[in-house]
Amino acid sequence: MKKRRYLFEAEAHEALRAEIRKFSRNEIAPHAHAWDEAEEFPRELYAKAGEAGILGVGYPEAVGGDGGDLSHVLVAAEEMVLEGKSVGTCVGLGSHGIALPPIVSFGTPAQKERFVAPVLRGEKIAALAITEPGGGSDVAALRTRAVRDGDDYVVDGAKTFITSGTRADFVTTAVRTGGPGHGGISLLVIERGTPGFHVSKKLKKTGWWASDTAELTFEGCRVPAENLLGRENAGFVAIMMNFVTERLFLAGQCVAIAELAYRETVAYTQQREAFGKKLTGFQVTRHKLADMASRIAAARALTGECVARYLKGEQDAGLAAMAKNTATDACVAVCDQAVQLHGGYGYMREYVVERLYRDARLYPIGGGTREIMNEIIAKMEGY
Amino acid sequence: MKVLVPIKRVADPANANKVKVAGSEVSHDGLEWVMNPFDEWSLEAALRLTEDASAKTRTGEIVVVSIGPKAAVDTLREAMGKGAERGVLVDGEDTALDSNVVAQILAKVVEKEQPDLVLMGKQSADGDSNIAGTKLAELLGWPVINYASHIETSDDGKTLTIKRELDVGVQTLKVQGPAVITCSDRILKPGTIKNGVTPADFEYPDLGDLNSRLSNLKNIMAARKKPLDELGLGDLGVEPVRVDEYVGFELPAGRSGQAQFLESVDELVQKLQSEAKVL
Repeated sequence: MKKRRYLFEAEAHEALRAEIRKFSRNEIAPHAHAWDEAEEFPRELYAKAGEAGILGVGYPEAVGGDGGDLSHVLVAAEEMVLEGKSVGTCVGLGSHGIALPPIVSFGTPAQKERFVAPVLRGEKIAALAITEPGGGSDVAALRTRAVRDGDDYVVDGAKTFITSGTRADFVTTAVRTGGPGHGGISLLVIERGTPGFHVSKKLKKTGWWASDTAELTFEGCRVPAENLLGRENAGFVAIMMNFVTERLFLAGQCVAIAELAYRETVAYTQQREAFGKKLTGFQVTRHKLADMASRIAAARALTGECVARYLKGEQDAGLAAMAKNTATDACVAVCDQAVQLHGGYGYMREYVVERLYRDARLYPIGGGTREIMNEIIAKMEGY
Repeated sequence: MKVLVPIKRVADPANANKVKVAGSEVSHDGLEWVMNPFDEWSLEAALRLTEDASAKTRTGEIVVVSIGPKAAVDTLREAMGKGAERGVLVDGEDTALDSNVVAQILAKVVEKEQPDLVLMGKQSADGDSNIAGTKLAELLGWPVINYASHIETSDDGKTLTIKRELDVGVQTLKVQGPAVITCSDRILKPGTIKNGVTPADFEYPDLGDLNSRLSNLKNIMAARKKPLDELGLGDLGVEPVRVDEYVGFELPAGRSGQAQFLESVDELVQKLQSEAKVL
């Protein structure tokens, strides 16, 4: 079995992988099953990851990060999934990856100091809140309202499916400050403990168990106006920019999950015997594995191309959507076959592929559904 | 203080099941290389000796040296990512080395670098010979202390107080540098290194199962720019003489994988004595 890498990877990526591998083997893998069953990982893990410099990957040193770019973020996340074997833990630890970029891009120096640096040190937890109970994909129609009152915004509304929402110290929240449509949306940082900010529910999910997911409500929640990111009513562009990188993160996670499912399955089929020989002794097994490897390689190639173009300054929302759908499909298909090749054990909770199969189901939904991706592709293609 | 830390790259012990042997050769195909864990302990000790951990500043110099092919540069860069200042790669083939060759080459590197201390692994995770450190000290005419669990420096850095944990108790030794020291894994515990700079009450984080500290991306990037000399044996003026001859390698017999359920601890003890003969 060949360990494949993205075409964009250089020496530093390999060195970064080695460090993340050690961290993940030491701090995550031994607890992967228990944390999934407990539907939570210990908060101390944020501090450990911060100390190890894992949370700061991809953030400029000026805001307290360790440098690097999207390519390093993808590689770090992949290695953490491959060696930690707990997708839920990885996405929980990484929830700042979608919550912080709008602050880094549009925040004032004071906002960066207050919100970015402590998260990268692992002292605070950050979450992003866009989706509402009444609608997810239709961002321009969001209804959580923030009305300016003196030095505050008074926020009323609800958000749902918020990764790390139950214990986030602050939430980068999309709110309506103006009229209907995308021109009336702003981003506001809402801190835990602000009166009127409630975690109304910890949600039970199909997969991603180790990561907490919340429904949040805001009732007359007074948020200081200094927590507004960028200009009022200019939040939609920031959200859309964030979506492009989020889709590449998710595509990268899909490649990583599929790769892990594939590795687990190769190892299993090489030792499991049936009808007098190893499962890999059967052509049907070898061909299934070959198909899995091919799909992963294709998803990795397109995701890698997209990242390389992004780093060259090409913003191609259509290609990012294609990468997400391609990687999502590969991940779902590979995890399904991984379970199939594990037979009855693949259906048992103690096996990694059973967990990955459930984790994989999120990806055609989260971060923009498969159908919305196709809408973006169609729009960018001009038909 | 200037510390020389020799570092060997070894096939990842986690991949031991992938090792293939043929006659007198061990195949390295498909294996991943990692820093010898025993060397990592010494590197961590060297880092703690040459830093103010509280202020997160370096106060001394670490030169890491490896003997191996070009690809061993990655292992040196890894060590520099953790904090070592410089690297030296001496050209050599992994399969052409034995402890004596290594000691002879290292002696020349020591002559060139003039460190106050050589801190090295007590053995390598592949060869397990446990010789190179002692042999190096003999060639240099330096004192050698193996399996150090604690190291404390005097104010001028010349005298070292070293503890060794033995089966019979803890032995404390004082030594005038320069010296060769190898470490046991106890050195990774908090409070084992006192360098007079890091505050005595500073608590190093528990490394868990790690063999040395991790480095972050910033340090990994910085390590790419740190000086690294590549030397041939000719540059060092040494023609090492190999003493060992590898005659053959065999893989250990596979385990049966059979489990037996016993009714009581007494029965277990009895079987360990009479059947397994390990008690």
